[in-house]
Formats: sequence, C-alpha cells, structure tokens
Amino acid sequence: MEAASKVIHAIYNDDDILMSAVKRVKAAKHHIEEIYCPFPVHGLDKAMGLAPTRLAITAFLYGCVGLTVAVVMMNFIMIKDWPQDIGGKPSFSYLENMPAFVPIMFELTVFFAAHLMVITFYLRSRMWPFKKAENPDPRTTDDHFLMEIAIHNNEADLTNLLKETGAVEINIVEKDEDAH
Amino acid sequence: MEYKISNRLKIASIILVVVGALLWGWGYSSSHAVNEDNISEYLAAEHGDHGDAHAEEGHGDAHAAVASHGDANGNDHAEEGHKMSHEEHALHQIHNRPYAALYVAAFFFFMIALGVLAFYAIQYAAQAGWSPVLFRVMEAITYYVLPGGILVLLVAAFGGSHLFIWMDPDVVAHDEIIQAKESWLNKGWFFARGIIFLAGWSAYRYFSRKFSIAQDTAEGNSNFKKNFRISAGFLVFYIYTESMMSWDWIMSVDPHWFSTLFGWYVFASMLVSGITVIALMTIYLKSKGLLEFVNDSHLHDLAKFMFGISIFWTYLWFSQFMLIWYSNIPEEVVYFVARIEDYKLPFFGMVAMNFLFPLLLLMNSDYKRIPWFVVMAGIVILCGHYLDVFNMIMPATVSERWFIGAPEIGAICLFAGIFLFLVFRALSKAPLLAKGNPFIKESEHFHY
Repeated sequence: MEAASKVIHAIYNDDDILMSAVKRVKAAKHHIEEIYCPFPVHGLDKAMGLAPTRLAITAFLYGCVGLTVAVVMMNFIMIKDWPQDIGGKPSFSYLENMPAFVPIMFELTVFFAAHLMVITFYLRSRMWPFKKAENPDPRTTDDHFLMEIAIHNNEADLTNLLKETGAVEINIVEKDEDAH
Repeated sequence: MEYKISNRLKIASIILVVVGALLWGWGYSSSHAVNEDNISEYLAAEHGDHGDAHAEEGHGDAHAAVASHGDANGNDHAEEGHKMSHEEHALHQIHNRPYAALYVAAFFFFMIALGVLAFYAIQYAAQAGWSPVLFRVMEAITYYVLPGGILVLLVAAFGGSHLFIWMDPDVVAHDEIIQAKESWLNKGWFFARGIIFLAGWSAYRYFSRKFSIAQDTAEGNSNFKKNFRISAGFLVFYIYTESMMSWDWIMSVDPHWFSTLFGWYVFASMLVSGITVIALMTIYLKSKGLLEFVNDSHLHDLAKFMFGISIFWTYLWFSQFMLIWYSNIPEEVVYFVARIEDYKLPFFGMVAMNFLFPLLLLMNSDYKRIPWFVVMAGIVILCGHYLDVFNMIMPATVSERWFIGAPEIGAICLFAGIFLFLVFRALSKAPLLAKGNPFIKESEHFHY
C-alpha cells in the first residue's frame, strides 16, 4: 500500500444493498480494500473480483502425502522389517496383504488432507490464538456491513458515490498502523 | 419443448437389435454345435496336452459342494458324480454361456431403469429444488422398467437351469444345502416374487408419471402432493423388494453362497448407472438444443452424484470383499476365489473403472461442468457396471469358460437397441419441461 493513511468506511445494513454498492464502486473503478460482514454473503467474492481459492488443490496434494505415508509406513513395518505370520495373513508382499491396510490408508489420507488444509487456511488467513482482532467497527460482527476504500485526494467524490449507493453511515478514518 | 424421435435414432436402434440378435444367435448356434458326441474332441483340441490336468481342478460348486458335504450317503455319490462330471460339466458351461450373456445384458439395462426410478422417487420425496427440469428425462428412462423387467424374467424362465442350478431337480436331489433353501428357492415362488416386484415398481411408475403429466395443467398442487406421498411409500417398498430381487435374480446363481450386504451393493450399482444415463441423455438432448432450461449447474449436480455414488459403490464392494477375504471362511471365500482365479482382469479392472477413473476424473469442480468430460467418465462407468454384473453372473454359470465375444456383445446390442427405442419413444410422449411442478421455477434458476 502506498502512503494513503486515510480510508473511508461506508457502513450498510443490508447485504443486498451492499452487493449493489460493490458493483457500483467496481464500475466507478475504485479499489475496495476490504469488506467486513457478520456472515458470508453469497456472491460477494465474485462481485469484488477476488481470485478463487486454491485450498482444495492443497487438500488433494496433502491427501496424496497421507496416502504415501500410510503405504510406506505399513510396507516397512508389516512387510520389510518384521514379516510375521499373524493369523495366517500373507505378509510376503504389500499387495498380497493390501486389503487389511486399506482402512488405515483411507483414514490417513483423510487425516492429512483435512488437518493440513485447515492449518493452511489458518496460516493464509492469519488466524491464531491471542491474535489481535481486526475489527474496524464492532457492529460488523452483528448486523452491519462495512466497506473500506482508500482515499487518494478524492474524498468528496467517494463520499457522494457511497451515499448514493445507500450507505447508512460514512466515516473518514485515519489509519495509524499499516495493519495486516 | 417437444421431442420427436428421429428416424435416424429409430433406424439405429433397429439395426442394434438386428445385429445383436444375429450375433447372439451365431454365438448360440456355435456353442450348441458342441454336444455329447463331440465334446471330448472339442476339449482335447481346446486344451492340447494339459487336458487331464484340467480335469482335476475347477469343477463348479455343485459337485465340489456335494463332495465337501459328503455325509454317510453323500460320499459314494460324490465319487460317481465326479467321474461323469468333467465332460458333461464343460458341456454345461459351454451351453450356459449364451443364456448367461443374455441375462447379464438384460439385467444391466433393466437395472439402469430401476436405478433411475429410485432416484426419481428420492427427488420427489426430498422435494429437491434442482432436479424438476430433468423429471421428463427420468420418466422416459423409467418407462423401461416394465418391459425390461419382463425381459429379465423371460430370460430367467428360458435359461432356467442354465442360469440357476437350483432350478435343476437333478442337482437339488443331491444337494442338501439347496434342499434346505427350497422353501425360498423354488420356481413357482421365484417367478411369483418377480411378478410382485415388477407389479409394485411399475405401478409406482405408472401413477407418478400420470400425476406428473396431470400437474402440468392442474390448478393447485394436489397432483404434486400425491406424487410426494406415493414416492415416499414406493421408497419403502423399493428398498425391501430391491434387496429380495438381488437375492433372487443375482445371488441365487450361487446358491451355496450368501452375503448380507449384497442388496445394497446391487443398489449402489444400479443407482450410479441410472444417474449416469440421466446425465448422458441430458447432455445429448441439450446438444440438440432441446433442453435450454438445463444449465451447467444441473450437469455439475449430476456429475457430483455420479462421483459420490461411485465411491459409495466402491465402499460396499470393498466392504463385502474385505470382510470375506479377512476372515477367509471357506464356505464364503469360494465366491472370491473363483473370481480372482478365473476373472482377474474383469474383477479388478472393474474396480479401476468404477472407482479410480471417476475419482480422478470427476473430483475437479470445473471438469464436472464440461459435457465431454462427463460423457467420457459416464461411458467408463457404464462399461464398468456392465462388467460388475458380468462378474456376478458369469463365474457361477460358465466359470472359467468366459469371454466377451459374440453372444455377450450381441446381447448388449440387442438390449441397447430395445432400451434406446423404448426410452426415446417414451420421451416423445410428453413435453420436456414438467412446467406445473411447484419447484420448476427454482429448478430453472438453479445455480451452483
């Protein structure tokens, strides 16, 4: 971000109005810094033009890792290291005894895919315990929607535009830190 | 939006039927050219020098079972039964093959229609908002339930002991296990049950279709409500009868073997092939410009069902296989021993086609919206589930003498022709949009 230390906060109280406001602001070619919502608004990411998430791709890759871990682990323990005869199970090769390993292969695939994906999500969205909350206005966690736009010597223009889009409140805020 | 069955489709289905019948007839006559007189020469020519090594192994379960259950009077009988058996046994298998090929294909196409009927009833009972635009396609496919079911029963009646050894009084007379099951497995009761199942399914199909057509022009929603109620009732009836049907029509080809989750397993197979056929037909009709109210979100949903139910099928297949493999109880495990020894490629190839292929192809959300991708996955799934039925029927009827040749391909063409003709003719009987359905607006705007 450049040194634009002033931002404008437009507050809405309806998600439909917010959506149409986002479209207006995008059409007027202003860059939306951030939108704070109390709940997921369907289609907001598309309207804002956010890139699709790649979390599912990471989950697939983590699942492949989990499967590999399961196969390598059991091949070493049950087939290579100490191939005992346990109740007549054929421990001569991995393939011959594979059906017995499938439940573990499945579970480890799911385990790795799920947990590593969640951890990836936390890292990418910077969430952890004792993290300082980034709430510009506490009402956005309850029933208000807040759109944040940086000001570049166009305060009056922006204020007018946002008023027209149905904002119930417009605040100009000094950003003291260059947060997140 | 009306659909008119095109002449090309009519001619294509007639050609399929004729070519199929000819191929099958050729397979039939060439297998029946082998008889008591020339079977020895036939086997000698077939096996060359390892002919008698073969006589030692691989006799169908009938004789093996008699031998293993040989009690006081069974023992010497098993001996003599064994002596006469090899040539006669091989002859039986050779003669069984055209019947089994016909039965597999008949059941495969029938199960598609029945699977769609169950899916259709689920859509009504769940009041699904996305699927009403596809109801007419589903109703057209379910038209095949009655004729297809009758064809299966006819093949079973004509095949008789070629398919079901418990229909052979000679076998039953020497087999105590089958004797103990005779109160369930007897011809009269078998066909009576089949007729009851078919009557129930086609009665539901008849009324739901009637109410669905009536709803198009009706004022209120009373027809829809009736459909909702009978669908819920049908699903209860279906889950019982489907289970029993799978014992009768499929599991009883191996009357010495049983499995408790077999009904579910067959159900998963029929549901996934049914949904696949819905998707293929939808894509076909949409490519003709006849279903412009169907968008790629509908396709995405169908592909998700194909993906999900394929995995459900695999789960049941593996649960059945692994439990039996793990415990390795001789009386159960013979089922899989026979399949792994003689049917390695179809048995494991089917798992790859029905699981790995859809798993990797249909996992990506974007791919599920690409018609040719769904078509490709769908064709593999359908071939895979044909093989699935093949693997259920063939080992019990022709044992190691299987091949996918003239009788099998002929039977597939024959039933594919009948299926296509009946389904597309049924499709031309009503408008393609069930416009009176209370969820039709939601369905037309369905977006995922």
